[in-house]
Amino acid sequence: MNSVFLAIVFLPLIGAVVAGLLGTAVFKYAGSAPPQPAHDDDEEHGHHHEYDGPRWPMLLTTGLLIVSALLSWYAFFDVTGGHAYKVLVADWLTSGRLSVSWALRVDTLTAVMLVVVTTVSALVHVYSLGYMSHDPHQPRFFAYLSLFTFAMLMLVTSDNLLQMFFGWEGVGLASYLLIGFWYKRDSANAAAIKAFVVNRVGDFGFSLGIFATFAVFGSIGFDAIFAAAPEMAGKSFAFLGGQYDIMTVICLLLFMGAMGKSAQFLLHTWLPDAMEGPTPVSALIHAATMVTAGVFLVARMSPFYELAPLAQQVVVAIGAITAFFAATVGLVQRDIKRVIAYSTCSQLGYMFVAMGVGAYGVGIFHLFTHAFFKALLFLGAGSVIHAMSDEQDMFRMGGLFPYLKKTWAMMLIGTLALTGFPLTAGYFSKDAIIEAAFAAHSPLATAAFWMLVVAALFTSFYSWRLMFLTFHGKPRASRETMARVHDSPPVMLVPLYVLAAGALGAGYLFAGSFIGHDEAVFWGQAIYRGEHNEIIHHMHQVPAWVKYSPFVMMVTGFLVAALFYLAAPSLPEKLANALRPLYLFLYNKWYFDELYDRLFVRPAFWLGRLLWKGGDGRIIDGLGPDGVSARVVDVSALASRLQSGFVHHYAFAMLLGVAALVTYLMMGS
Amino acid sequence: MMAAGLEQYLTVAAILFTIGIFGILVNRKNVIVILMSVELMLLAVNINLVAFSAHLDDLMGQVFSMLVLTVAAAEAAIGLAILVSFYRNRKSIAIDDIDRLKG
Repeated sequence: MNSVFLAIVFLPLIGAVVAGLLGTAVFKYAGSAPPQPAHDDDEEHGHHHEYDGPRWPMLLTTGLLIVSALLSWYAFFDVTGGHAYKVLVADWLTSGRLSVSWALRVDTLTAVMLVVVTTVSALVHVYSLGYMSHDPHQPRFFAYLSLFTFAMLMLVTSDNLLQMFFGWEGVGLASYLLIGFWYKRDSANAAAIKAFVVNRVGDFGFSLGIFATFAVFGSIGFDAIFAAAPEMAGKSFAFLGGQYDIMTVICLLLFMGAMGKSAQFLLHTWLPDAMEGPTPVSALIHAATMVTAGVFLVARMSPFYELAPLAQQVVVAIGAITAFFAATVGLVQRDIKRVIAYSTCSQLGYMFVAMGVGAYGVGIFHLFTHAFFKALLFLGAGSVIHAMSDEQDMFRMGGLFPYLKKTWAMMLIGTLALTGFPLTAGYFSKDAIIEAAFAAHSPLATAAFWMLVVAALFTSFYSWRLMFLTFHGKPRASRETMARVHDSPPVMLVPLYVLAAGALGAGYLFAGSFIGHDEAVFWGQAIYRGEHNEIIHHMHQVPAWVKYSPFVMMVTGFLVAALFYLAAPSLPEKLANALRPLYLFLYNKWYFDELYDRLFVRPAFWLGRLLWKGGDGRIIDGLGPDGVSARVVDVSALASRLQSGFVHHYAFAMLLGVAALVTYLMMGS
Repeated sequence: MMAAGLEQYLTVAAILFTIGIFGILVNRKNVIVILMSVELMLLAVNINLVAFSAHLDDLMGQVFSMLVLTVAAAEAAIGLAILVSFYRNRKSIAIDDIDRLKG
């Protein structure tokens, strides 16, 4: 099996390196200047340039990813049969007490992530063959996608915190590169930088968490620290005159990293902006895989979180707030991708609530199913955008159903799965999270339960709103655009079919193993639950009204959306006018961007300008090189004034000199 | 009437020399005046040579003054030739225009 795991992880890397270095123009013009394009006008997507390079980089990366995905499914069924593997790749570094090896740790948790990552990535690769077929830089795009996949696989197979951090930063880098893929657009560059910087905030906490773990345990390997964790429970350390609980601090620091990567409340602002990237990127990175890294981190560190009840409560609170907050914002957005982005943010909140109440399996199950239907929704939205000549505003769509029947059917399946229609994927996983929140029986978890239920209502509303605005009602697009609307080619539709099958069947097929009666066997040693953690048991015994509440919310949301956008299309505008402040508050995303702009961005600019102009410019340059050179110029200017250029001045100076010399000789002798 | 002694000759020479110096330093007109002033200073030197020659009863001084006169004549010719060619180039021989050495 070892070579299988090595193949899964390293095939994408091989694809990325070969396609990225040999398939692009990196070495093509080595040693000579590249030819200048005749007309370098900045098109929106570069869609109008035809691509005339080789096709093998795209086919190579896609092929390798498909192999990797098939191997992952093979590994998944092998591992979930009760095996766990550890493959040593290399000794990484040894420094003092710190000794880090590079190993692949494959247990059920990793196997689930392997399947999610490689499957969605392979499908996105295939989809991109069609979606990016006109882009002049597609080898670079595919190399980035494969590089991202490698980094993500590195993250989920990590055997210690440092290796995880390597993957963590790797996916951050790939995300940055892909958001800014259309680098001629200023907004894409700004969004890429924003994503990177906001993630740095979370990574700061993550790295502090790693340092703290090493300081406390003397190791960062998972086996060692999990074995030693129970001894540290309840112990505290002194810092700046206060006493702090060790496990709580470590867990909170690690969670800070998870918040950044998973776009949780307060660090969520980068995710909606990340939609500047090409749509397949949004589907792969910002819906299905990378943003779930935070959830994976908490699940992986479950032996720690089980020992830190306070940290668990923080996780529940942040998760619930995010789920609710993002859902409210999603209600009023106009951009089709932003609606789905906020939906992703909201669903990640659900997962964190499950993590916080100790139902790790439930959270990972939602991660698993969410990957299918959210990737489906994104790729479907990409299909719509592609058909609409890059229009993303839903209020300029409408009435697309007759033209895009296949895409419509796929989006419908995604919406049903997201809203939790019975027997679809979301029905099993999302409802399980809501039940778990209720079953936790703490005041905080109960509050979270109600927030999640309301968020479920909002989820249903905005999902159906998206469907109705896009596919039904009167066409609001221009006639030329409507004339060009066409369903996507098969290469883009087949991935949708596969994902749709997952969105429909993944819940039904896997609910028994992930969260049902077989879950103890299924998860094995991969996730740890404390002795008193019987959340799964309680979850199955919640009252009937709790079980039905998400369904009721789903139907209500559907009906309200149907009323607003099918039956009485004038109603939403009236409501928005009646509740104008609330509408603006939601439309402007609770003014978080403005708030952060005032609080952080502008002071940072101010400070930067102060240090640049004042510190560097005035003080260092002023006293250093610039000052010295200015004084030299002053002195030489004075000296040059002696050189009048008139012969009689020189003669006079000579005379003075002779007179002085003669005087000296006469006086001296 | 007293005979002119060495002091009188030296005084005249010093006066001539000083006039020559002032002719160079104070003059604002043109280069010809400078050349004339240089001649004046050479003549002052000649007077000194001849005066000391008579005073010391040594002919060498007068021979030397003849040499100076010859050199002065040649120098005047070369100086004027330079001046002519300078005027052709710059269209001016006014002192105030000649400041190409200015730093």
